[in-house]
Amino acid sequence: MNGTVLNVEGVGKAFRRYRSELSRVLTWFGMHAAPKEESWILRDVGFCVEHGEAVAIVGRNGAGKSTLLKIVTGTMRPTTGRVALSGRVAAILELGMGFDPELDARTNAYHVGGLMGYTRAQMDEVMPLIEGFAEVGSYFDKPMRLMSSGMQMRVAFSVATAHRPDVLIVDEALSVGDAYFQHKSMDRIREFRHAGTSLIFVSHDPSAVLALCDRAVLLDGGRVVMDGEPAAVLDLYNALISPEEARPELPSAPTGPAGIVRSGSGEATVVALGFVDENGLPVDALRTGEPACLKVEVRVNRDVEVLVFGFAIRDRVGQTLYGTNTFYSEQAIERPRVGARYRFLVRFKTVLAAGSYSVTTALVSGANHTDANYEWRDHALVFEVIDLTPTRFHGPLYMPATIEVA
Amino acid sequence: MTGLLLGAWRFRHYILSAIRADFAARVSRSRLGVLWIVIAPMTQVAIYAVVLSAIMSARLPGIDSPFAYAIYLLSGFAAWTLFAELFGRGTTLFLENANALRKIVFPRIALPVILLGSCLVNNLVLVAAVLVAYLLLGHGWSASLLWLPVLVAVNAALALALGTIAGVLNVFMRDVGQIVPLLLQLGFWFTPVVYMETILPEPVRAVLALNPMYWVVRGYHDALAYGRMPDLAMLALIGVIALVLLAFALLLFRRASADMVDVL
Repeated sequence: MNGTVLNVEGVGKAFRRYRSELSRVLTWFGMHAAPKEESWILRDVGFCVEHGEAVAIVGRNGAGKSTLLKIVTGTMRPTTGRVALSGRVAAILELGMGFDPELDARTNAYHVGGLMGYTRAQMDEVMPLIEGFAEVGSYFDKPMRLMSSGMQMRVAFSVATAHRPDVLIVDEALSVGDAYFQHKSMDRIREFRHAGTSLIFVSHDPSAVLALCDRAVLLDGGRVVMDGEPAAVLDLYNALISPEEARPELPSAPTGPAGIVRSGSGEATVVALGFVDENGLPVDALRTGEPACLKVEVRVNRDVEVLVFGFAIRDRVGQTLYGTNTFYSEQAIERPRVGARYRFLVRFKTVLAAGSYSVTTALVSGANHTDANYEWRDHALVFEVIDLTPTRFHGPLYMPATIEVA
Repeated sequence: MTGLLLGAWRFRHYILSAIRADFAARVSRSRLGVLWIVIAPMTQVAIYAVVLSAIMSARLPGIDSPFAYAIYLLSGFAAWTLFAELFGRGTTLFLENANALRKIVFPRIALPVILLGSCLVNNLVLVAAVLVAYLLLGHGWSASLLWLPVLVAVNAALALALGTIAGVLNVFMRDVGQIVPLLLQLGFWFTPVVYMETILPEPVRAVLALNPMYWVVRGYHDALAYGRMPDLAMLALIGVIALVLLAFALLLFRRASADMVDVL
């Protein structure tokens, strides 16, 4: 099978509000009633997906991604335009839909399989596969309510993907569950792709988009802003998210079990921080092996003798991996002006493996914060590192090694 | 319209399994299980029978039994329970399945079909219980019982049509969900289920005749309690009305389904 599997043409969606719902009812029978209010969620959206292609749909919250997905899937009808979808379609907009907690997993599998349009015989065929993939052991024949939510997700996913569809539509459903399950489900999606399934994937997770998709469509304000290479689209997406929006507020109060997140006497404060690319545009995630630049803006609130800026990068369990400050580098600022803003650009090569990390910032008067601590922020910024390096490696550190075989 | 029905046919496996699941859910975790389907209407019958028996029995010339009033009540409740369950559950059908309607692609017509199946299964259990009760009360079964499937069909068609109409409108106007229970209560007293129409003054009886359920319940009385043939002409008329309403319900459902997910 070749050609286009999904063709979205000039799709627009307006949610209409009427003066009274009665006038809406009358419009179904040909009466003319002008809606009081029309809000357009999507406008003139068009793109297509070829056979075997994987396309990501990215965009900010409220950009219209979910609405578009509902229209593509067919649960919602577009106000204008049309959607043509060919082949067998499986949509996972939410895992666990249609499951009855009172019934056992096996009965539920038949039931939900039926909801997807499969006959009992067709489900009989794949039942061993479902049971094997779900890996819930004897729980497979017990009521679903006895399972942990993770087990329920596994069953739901293995039922949803029991038959290989021609087009698989996945909402962020997969960002749930434990790491093991996520890996397994990603593997299955990859398998499907190799076998020729087209994928339409909505995600906020840049690493998943880069790893899975050939193309990305960026939606903003209900319109297609860009359609192209995932990396380029993600760059624009990152630029669209203003730093304020991406990180709505810096942690300002003590939170969580980690103890005090922010401390200090307040003579100077960090007012903004984030990673930027070479053009100064904000980026969301770093890439292993690539250069990175952390931009920190500091405001001086009161008169001090000396201002030292320091930072540290910690891994997800809180271990400091690297930290230094402007005292060590002999760049301490003597007698900073009150009200002045200083910008610190910390450049380094990302030698970190893929994962989640955090930045700690310190504004102090000397080599360590016991001298005078103006401000100390733990978890000032949490960021992701994505690994796109060509050669696989293990461990937390990227120290590209070559192996010579003699 | 054939497309709608074809969709339901393609999903027959799901529809059957959903009806089974609905029944299993009722039965599985309660000790009395399937008995609960019977207990609620039977309790009502018992209450009315105890409270009103003395007043009513004298006015039941057609049934020759000391339990005449109970026999009369049972047949009326067999009719009304099906009607009220279908109409009532139909009203909240689409709201309760809002999430599935938003997230899964399936022929939406399956929902009312599943409801119909589930209510019919429940009613089958109740009717079986009524027939057992008749034996226990010394009231035999007569050949007129054979009219029961026709009565059930007319009753179910009428209730399904009203339930679907109310269900669609309820998505857009939530007041409908408040009004329907009131209408059902009003309807219950405008139908001779716990009383005989003979106790009403003549002008009121004329109003009663405008209520289609009056004719349906009368049919049940004839077939079950009095053991005679129901008024077929009237039954046919109500059947036609039910079919017209059903066609209207389908039309409404089809026109509304484009807007439905938008407001759910």
